[in-house]
Amino acid sequence: MFPILVVLTAIELGSGLVLDTFEGTLLQYPSLLVLVPVTIGMAGNLGSILAARFSTAFHLGLLSFAATDDRLAGNAIATVALAVTLFPLVGAGAWLLQTVIGGTALPLRTVVLVALVSGSLLAVLAIVVTTVTTYAAYRFELDPDDVVIPVVTNVCDVLGVVVLFGAVRVLV
Amino acid sequence: MTVREVALEAYRESLPVLALSAVGGLFAGVVLGGMDAELQDVAGLLVLVPALLATRGNVYGSLGARLGSALHQGLIDPRFSFDDDRINAAVAAALANGVLISGVAAVMAVALLALVGRPSAPLATLVAIALIAGFVSGLLLTIAVVSVVFVGYRRGLNPDTLAGPVVTTTGDVVGIATLLGATRLVLALGGG
Repeated sequence: MFPILVVLTAIELGSGLVLDTFEGTLLQYPSLLVLVPVTIGMAGNLGSILAARFSTAFHLGLLSFAATDDRLAGNAIATVALAVTLFPLVGAGAWLLQTVIGGTALPLRTVVLVALVSGSLLAVLAIVVTTVTTYAAYRFELDPDDVVIPVVTNVCDVLGVVVLFGAVRVLV
Repeated sequence: MTVREVALEAYRESLPVLALSAVGGLFAGVVLGGMDAELQDVAGLLVLVPALLATRGNVYGSLGARLGSALHQGLIDPRFSFDDDRINAAVAAALANGVLISGVAAVMAVALLALVGRPSAPLATLVAIALIAGFVSGLLLTIAVVSVVFVGYRRGLNPDTLAGPVVTTTGDVVGIATLLGATRLVLALGGG
């Protein structure tokens, strides 16, 4: 297990480096710092839930890799819907908690908007990454349960930081 | 199943787990938001955050999966004791992996920062913080995972569906809180 951990850690350090480059902005606006773990976590979770559902459907022979596939489309729609439901609440929660504890420098709508834009983009990216990884596992005859979830979770973690960085750059 | 049915089922099944982990993530964020002084004192600490959080999930999530499989196969009993070699071995392997990879992450972070020419605290400081945080969070997460999996199993719940959400919600909070504690300890002892 240890060699896999080293590879996954190296990938995660890449996202740490992205965080480091916008540390100044994060320290200036602590409500954005509050968003960091939850954005990383939600991105990984959206990806891993989708990956688990795809893997099960694949094992049961229910999944075909066509844009018209009902199971593919339905799960993709659910992923976007989950992100659009939860991320604004996460943004509002981050703003509220930070306001109660230390006071915020950013207005509520900016934090909610950063969370919503990051979340929607991450949902789309999670769908792409999960579909591509599951398809690759299928083509290379690997068990998707072993391969897809670790790859998708860690790639989505990294994308979580990168997308948050982009959203902060554009919106704050 | 139509697209609509698939989407509704996936949405309903996933929403509670995701909402729960969002709450855990927000609390972890509050702790991280309160760490601004430490993040400024120890250059490069923020680089370690995603790696250490992911490690907690990867290592202790896998411990939960192992214990769940062993329970399903009847190889272990859901009882707390230090007599069962199989449980001891699984816990020891998880702790060893968790502590060692934390130290490796710190070494790799310092090397990476040097490579791109960004400031970093001394190697010994970051390694000490990572090892202490890795050990303490490992103990806490092991207790959380073993308790939830065993108690859940005894009450007729499937440990496979319990371990994941427990690790994702507690892992972030425990991961950041122990990182803060370890940083304060190392700074107090004169590192940094």
